[in-house]
Amino acid sequence: MAKPKVAFYWCASCGGCEEAVIDLAEDILTVTDAVDIVFWPVALDFKKKDVEAMQDNEIAVSFINGAIRTSEQEEMVNLLRKKSGLIIAFGSCAHIGGIPGLANFSNREEIFDYVYTKTPSTMNPAKTTPQTNTVVDGYELEIPEFYNTVKTLDQTIDVDYYLPGCAPPPDLIMNAVMAILKGELPEKGAVLAPDKSLCDTCPRNDSKPEKLMMKEIKRPHTVEMDPEKCFLAEGVICLGPATRSGCGERCINANMPCRGCFGPVKGVSDFGAKSLSAIASIMGIEGEENMTDEDIQKLVDQIPDPAGLFYMYSLPSSLLRRKVMT
Amino acid sequence: MFDPKIIAFYCKWCTSAGADLAGTSRMTYKPNIVGIRVMCSSRVDPEHILDAFKNGADGVLIGGCHPGDCHYESGNYKTQKRITLLKKMINDLGIDKNRLRLEWISAAEGKRFAKVVDEFTDEVQKLGKLKI
Ligand code: SF4
Ligand code: SF4
Ligand code: FES
Repeated sequence: MAKPKVAFYWCASCGGCEEAVIDLAEDILTVTDAVDIVFWPVALDFKKKDVEAMQDNEIAVSFINGAIRTSEQEEMVNLLRKKSGLIIAFGSCAHIGGIPGLANFSNREEIFDYVYTKTPSTMNPAKTTPQTNTVVDGYELEIPEFYNTVKTLDQTIDVDYYLPGCAPPPDLIMNAVMAILKGELPEKGAVLAPDKSLCDTCPRNDSKPEKLMMKEIKRPHTVEMDPEKCFLAEGVICLGPATRSGCGERCINANMPCRGCFGPVKGVSDFGAKSLSAIASIMGIEGEENMTDEDIQKLVDQIPDPAGLFYMYSLPSSLLRRKVMT
Repeated sequence: MFDPKIIAFYCKWCTSAGADLAGTSRMTYKPNIVGIRVMCSSRVDPEHILDAFKNGADGVLIGGCHPGDCHYESGNYKTQKRITLLKKMINDLGIDKNRLRLEWISAAEGKRFAKVVDEFTDEVQKLGKLKI
């Protein structure tokens, strides 16, 4: 029997998700034994025209990482959708927007202005910025359009499954590949990771005091953090309560609080709003009945950038999707 | 003149009763508000508020019991912390923080209810339509 065909593609991403595939180490041999990789721009020399030449649904599954920020990415993922039986959003950026999604605090005009004129290393007195169409010596040149707003993969094409994480850990990737090969996938739309919250599986959960409270908010670089204690109990914001488990508590084990790259637990539509709610409720809970408006404002102001913190990985998938700019 | 849309969440035990009192006392107040009764102001999740803005609200009002009076003892304290933090966050997301307002209105304060609604409607009207 012919082996199932598999494609990997990247959009607005850092390359870490490609690394994650390489990190499968010798397990990658199991994968390449079982499937034919027919498209993988970072590693193999197949071109767009090779994909175009395929039948619809000829590729069994395409793993697509990265958010969608240009017209070229949009075109490629639409092509892959047409040619693939299954589409898997691979990694935080494809799943919830990821770090490239932070660009939604700005817009194309501001980004171009900063990158092409204001950066200290740039000299651009004519203020030249990329144009989709340019005529040079009578020839028209075209480059992809840079969109105003970064989108998640499922805001662009229909997605079958999600592999969360920045980047997805090898065990979850292998589980997903095996489930596909054996035809044991859950219902469409599922996130291929546990439904628990990170706190549920965190080794520090037992150190949580009965009544969790944060008298003051400390930023990670300002405290020496106890490697055994729950961050929240130390006054450091950790987004574990709202985050899906499955990463292997990577940041926690490196003594850093979670920032939510796995996205929300099941049933939550806005990761940032949910995290904000969880954190605000335990802030200053001791003696809250005696707090004045000013006390509360002071406590809140210990979080200098709530939007950047609570939406670090998920702004494009939030209810508002971006900063409102007029 | 721009006619703002305002979504209001009232807790059942105080603000909602205050709104009823304003009604039964035949007080007049601006008609821009659509009230939703919830059991406690702390039942209002920041997700609900963002959802309201996303779906066309130009302002969101939360009404709860005065400090010390929450039917569930400490719900309103949680509400105040959440709303204070949420105001800061929406402001950074380009939604003027004054489009979100928290007020304590008791069951006896029908008059105050009408005043808050009028004031807030005027304020949101000045801020103009929220374009999302
Ligand atoms: S808040 Fe963070 S440190 Fe505490 S139990 Fe949850 S994931 Fe672990
Ligand atoms: S601890 Fe949180 S931010 Fe870190 S890898 Fe896990 S889910 Fe991602
Ligand atoms: S019942 Fe009114 S604020 Fe809790």
